[in-house]
Amino acid sequence: MDFAFSQDQQQLRTAVRRWLADRVPPERLAELADSPGGWDPTSWAELVGLGWVGLSAPDGGGGFLDEAVLLEEAGYAILPGPLLTTMVAAPALVAGGADPTRATALAWPAWLPAGAPAGPTAVATGAGGGWTVTGVLPDVPDLGAAQQAVVVAATGSGPGLFLVEPAGPTVDVRVLATTDATRRVGRLTLDATPAAPLSLGPATAGLVEAMRRRGWAALALEAVGVAQRALDLAAEHAKVREQFGRAIGSYQAVSHRVADVYVRTELARSLAYRAAWCVATAEQEPDAVTAAEVDVACASAKAAATEAAVFACEAAIQVLGGTGMTWDHVVHRYYKRALANESAAGSPAALRAVVAEHLLGAA
Amino acid sequence: MDFRDTPEEAAFRAELRTWLAANLPEGWADRDPRAGLEDVEFSRTWSKRLHAAGYVGLTWPVEYGGRGLPPTYQGVFLEESARADAPAHVGVIGLGMAGPTIIAWGSEEQKARFLPPLLAGDEIWCQGFSEPGAGSDLAGVRTRAVLDGDEWVVTGQKVWSSYAHVADWCILVTRTDPDAERHRGLSYLLLDMHAPGVEVRPLRQITGDPEFNEIYLTDVRVPRASMLGQPGDGWSVAMTTLLHERGTLGFALTARLEALLARLVETARRTRPDGVRPADDPLVRDRIAASAIDLEALRYTNYRALTALVKTGVPGPEGSVAKLHWSEANQRLTKLAVDLLGPQGRLDGPDALWDGFWTYQQLRSRGNTIEAGTSEILRSIIAERVVGLPRSR
Repeated sequence: MDFAFSQDQQQLRTAVRRWLADRVPPERLAELADSPGGWDPTSWAELVGLGWVGLSAPDGGGGFLDEAVLLEEAGYAILPGPLLTTMVAAPALVAGGADPTRATALAWPAWLPAGAPAGPTAVATGAGGGWTVTGVLPDVPDLGAAQQAVVVAATGSGPGLFLVEPAGPTVDVRVLATTDATRRVGRLTLDATPAAPLSLGPATAGLVEAMRRRGWAALALEAVGVAQRALDLAAEHAKVREQFGRAIGSYQAVSHRVADVYVRTELARSLAYRAAWCVATAEQEPDAVTAAEVDVACASAKAAATEAAVFACEAAIQVLGGTGMTWDHVVHRYYKRALANESAAGSPAALRAVVAEHLLGAA
Repeated sequence: MDFRDTPEEAAFRAELRTWLAANLPEGWADRDPRAGLEDVEFSRTWSKRLHAAGYVGLTWPVEYGGRGLPPTYQGVFLEESARADAPAHVGVIGLGMAGPTIIAWGSEEQKARFLPPLLAGDEIWCQGFSEPGAGSDLAGVRTRAVLDGDEWVVTGQKVWSSYAHVADWCILVTRTDPDAERHRGLSYLLLDMHAPGVEVRPLRQITGDPEFNEIYLTDVRVPRASMLGQPGDGWSVAMTTLLHERGTLGFALTARLEALLARLVETARRTRPDGVRPADDPLVRDRIAASAIDLEALRYTNYRALTALVKTGVPGPEGSVAKLHWSEANQRLTKLAVDLLGPQGRLDGPDALWDGFWTYQQLRSRGNTIEAGTSEILRSIIAERVVGLPRSR
């Protein structure tokens, strides 16, 4: 039993944190969030150049535990851009022989808990050796930043996975106004759009499952980073802000709330790291963990960590007082990301229903 | 990162599992689930069997009767014991608190005298820290110890002392120098509970059971050689005890919560006399899943703590996190269980499901946020020592 990241992974964390602190300090984050595009496209080439995209591809030199380090740190700094979605889409990209280092968007329904009402909302048609996809994908994170999009579409023989270029006359990309301006959601409308099949037939279900788990674990890891940053913001302020002649952190009404944030964050961290290990192990040694184990670990982590991040941000806003309510302070960027992560890819209640089904059987 | 056992851990686990299957006391599985410590002899016999098989003091140094294994083995032991629903060793206070403190502070004579019978279950320990006027504020201890020749003469009152009614020895915090600054005037004695002047009075708890006790000490004579550390070291020695109390607790608490979750699931799946099957209710399902997630969070936080302990040799802050979280998770789970009983939740004793198991657990759980460091004290510890906020007092 060893529950720690390796030396290499710890070095990776240091390098990633340094790079993020340099590239997205709070002022820069605010600038990007308030800009029309919402992110810095030049950052993508840098990430690829550093070898941090496509880590879990066969020649990527890593696995999901390395990606976990990146995801947590990306949450701590809030890195705008399609890193998370590209990582989540990796199994489909790798299976279909597509480039896992191109910025990728993934249609959100693929992330929902199994049995959720939202099945594929697109239909694929194969004719003359080529495929086209038609349909509306209403909820695609980072669509505006993506060079390619993975879409789940119904075929005559069950769902298939397809890769489309989100540009051209048969495609309409509409980036929607979102509360979290650092991860904008788009609506992708495809009208007989040429599509490359990544997976057809029975293998598709397994890939969708793999992406769903990656998605849950990824959002959990990012949420841990968000919660940690909120904790740091609250603690820094509570140490220096004085009222009634004392630092407010010396009042237990304040300090105990901060302690609760620490506890919730640590518990979420344990669950998120455990989920990351389950995903990595399922991908590298499929016989070493059961499907149920991975499912429950990822659903639990996503439910608990995204709630912890919201709890942490709400506490941070309260500790910061009026400053926490301003547009100028960075905390609202974290709060909005926390709320977005909580509602994305299955609410905490929907994920607890997944856990309940494993414990109690079907409802 | 790898959650799987090493080959050595796996071998230890397999051997232990086989041993437990072959050695669990007859009829143990059908016992009254409320049964507590009344049957000390049963507990002692089990402890001796564990000891003879080499499963007591796994992490203790070999020279004091332990096996010198890394802390992960204690984790495996507690996991497997919980899975087999095995009885606990009778020396909860001795193994978790008195023993580690004696190892850290004791003279060679003290170690040789006290550790072997403690491991063997021949001598039971209790804790004499809290007093009517000194709870969370331990430095307010007023029990006096005055040197008279080669003996300390001890007078005072201790309270909330579990096992005192069956204990042979007590780890006792006393005030030996009333003129010194509060923390510096304390000393730590090993008290013979059979000495003249020691009187134990059981306290009936909220559950109706007399689980803890008051200890009255009237001119009790304690040999000078029975002090741990020097006069005035009492505070530091007591901190060693409390560190171990919280440090070793996580796995045991997880094991207990896991056993309760299994019973909760069983309770939810039963059809009640009023025809309701709680497991069909989406709101119930949500709360049970939340309890299961509480348990997993605790389990993996323990694993992280254990990894940190193995790698650094120092218990991390996760110990306080685990205790704080467990106590609240246990309160939520047991309250939910009573809720699931519906109108039957008002019944107790032989008229209730499992002889009132859930009512007992639910009422008992209210003490979890008070004993072994109140949640308020733990939050202050986390805020000040981990997060680095200024002192609140």
